[in-house]
Amino acid sequence: MICNVCQKNEATVHLTQMLEGEIKKMDMCESCAQQQGVDEPGMPLVDLLVGLGPSSSEGESQSKSSVKVLSCEVCGHSLADFKKTGRLGCSHCYQVFEDQMDPMLRSMHKGIKHTGKTPKNFKDDRALRDQLAKLEKDLNRAVEEERYEDAAVLRDSIKQLTASPELSDEPSVRP
Amino acid sequence: MNLHQFLTPIQDICRRPGPFDRIVLTSRVRLARNLKDTPFPGRASKQQREDHLQAIQPVVQALNPMKKGFSSDLVSLKDLDRQLLVERHLISRELAKKKQGAAFVLSKDETCSIMINEEDHLRMQVILPGLQIKEAWKAVNKLDTLLEDKLPIAFSGRYGFLTACPTNTGTGIRVSAMLHLPGLVIAEHMQQTITAVNKLGLAVRGLYGEGTEALGNVFQISNQMTLGETENDIIERLNKVVVQIIENEENARAKLLESNPEMLFNNIGRAYGILTNAHVISSKEAKNLLSLLRLGLDLGYFPDMDPEVVDELFIVTEPGHIQFKEAKKMSPEERDIMRATQLRERLEGMAKPQMSTASDEDPPSQDPEGAEEEEGPSES
Repeated sequence: MICNVCQKNEATVHLTQMLEGEIKKMDMCESCAQQQGVDEPGMPLVDLLVGLGPSSSEGESQSKSSVKVLSCEVCGHSLADFKKTGRLGCSHCYQVFEDQMDPMLRSMHKGIKHTGKTPKNFKDDRALRDQLAKLEKDLNRAVEEERYEDAAVLRDSIKQLTASPELSDEPSVRP
Repeated sequence: MNLHQFLTPIQDICRRPGPFDRIVLTSRVRLARNLKDTPFPGRASKQQREDHLQAIQPVVQALNPMKKGFSSDLVSLKDLDRQLLVERHLISRELAKKKQGAAFVLSKDETCSIMINEEDHLRMQVILPGLQIKEAWKAVNKLDTLLEDKLPIAFSGRYGFLTACPTNTGTGIRVSAMLHLPGLVIAEHMQQTITAVNKLGLAVRGLYGEGTEALGNVFQISNQMTLGETENDIIERLNKVVVQIIENEENARAKLLESNPEMLFNNIGRAYGILTNAHVISSKEAKNLLSLLRLGLDLGYFPDMDPEVVDELFIVTEPGHIQFKEAKKMSPEERDIMRATQLRERLEGMAKPQMSTASDEDPPSQDPEGAEEEEGPSES
């Protein structure tokens, strides 16, 4: 991996920071990192990112030399806290430490997708989505089979469903 | 009403029957839940924990199954009372160590217990006598469903219920059964059993859960994985394993009786002798001997004895219960004397065990010394 700043040397410092709910990553060589003052706490990554274009989203975040300033904006739990205690700080941490969660959960559990009980308000949501998916499938088939009257009915049902307020409340957890 | 007035006398609790309660002491299902977007107890400040408690406690107390129950925060609870609740498995050892912002709520019959601000904001458990895992799940599931309408519970479509420790994420369920397995221990089949159970993704622990010793041949079997499976899958698997272990335990007892009855009689007879005559006895020794007495009862060697007495003694000879009865703090030495006194008193007049092999109506006359070294038959 090449340094994002000088674009010459091998990047050995990997910086990850939470900015307005988005994870920003930077990879730098040691001298550029020093010049940019990465060692100083509280250094805003946004300054570094300006003019550098989008950093690679495929993070080398597991690197030993990485500097971690990733922390949760709800409870202040940092990645170091998480690693030290093995505990999350709040429910939002699951999104913040998303990159760490999947491999960790995979090593602990049977799967990494919840298949158990879902609270009622959530279940309605899921049922609605399932229903919508089925209607769309039916619609496609109706069009293929040139059953346009059926298709019109299906299209109206879909419209009605998508207009219902329950769907706007999509959980913010990324797929 | 204070805690002592509220708690059901231990002899009454031990009298509640359950399926397979010769071997399965209790079944328990616990759910971990949290409020969303606010720090978990371990991360929260004192004030935040206090705020969470204020938000949760009244809601929990108002739930139908918890009405006429008992609730207290940990700050106002004496050390001895904490210990008492731990020994009754009504609160965890972790909660007993907490102070500011931690609390618990018990249902009237003490089968439901809800801990607030333990490792998670909410830990709800239902504990029932005998093999009743499915019934316990039904009851705790009902509590949980009632609660989800009233509190903003942390849930993600992808990871399920979000918990402080990632090992509980997903269903947040811990299903466990407390088993009394003297036959498998004496026949030296326990290690084998533990290995087999572990292979199925289940854990085997001691009497008080994680990191505790299996005193009195009591083992707790529980699930470890909580994500990627439904609650029913987890419950079915555990139930199946427990049913299999019950069968193995029965077989081990039958085989011991057949192949080495003297050793078994010796163990039970000695347990009877010591328990009815000791003047100083530790909690550990008492438990191990009471386990053998219970085995003798199961095998019908104490026909005149009330079978619940042993279960009762198992709990009342615990350090917290001894001190509770004497209403004072005691040193371990004082407790060992008091424990022996209580055992002698409670077992007074208990007839000697009536043990004999099927072929020989009289108790064996040969000297049973040294029989302990002999090994039980190995199971196929």
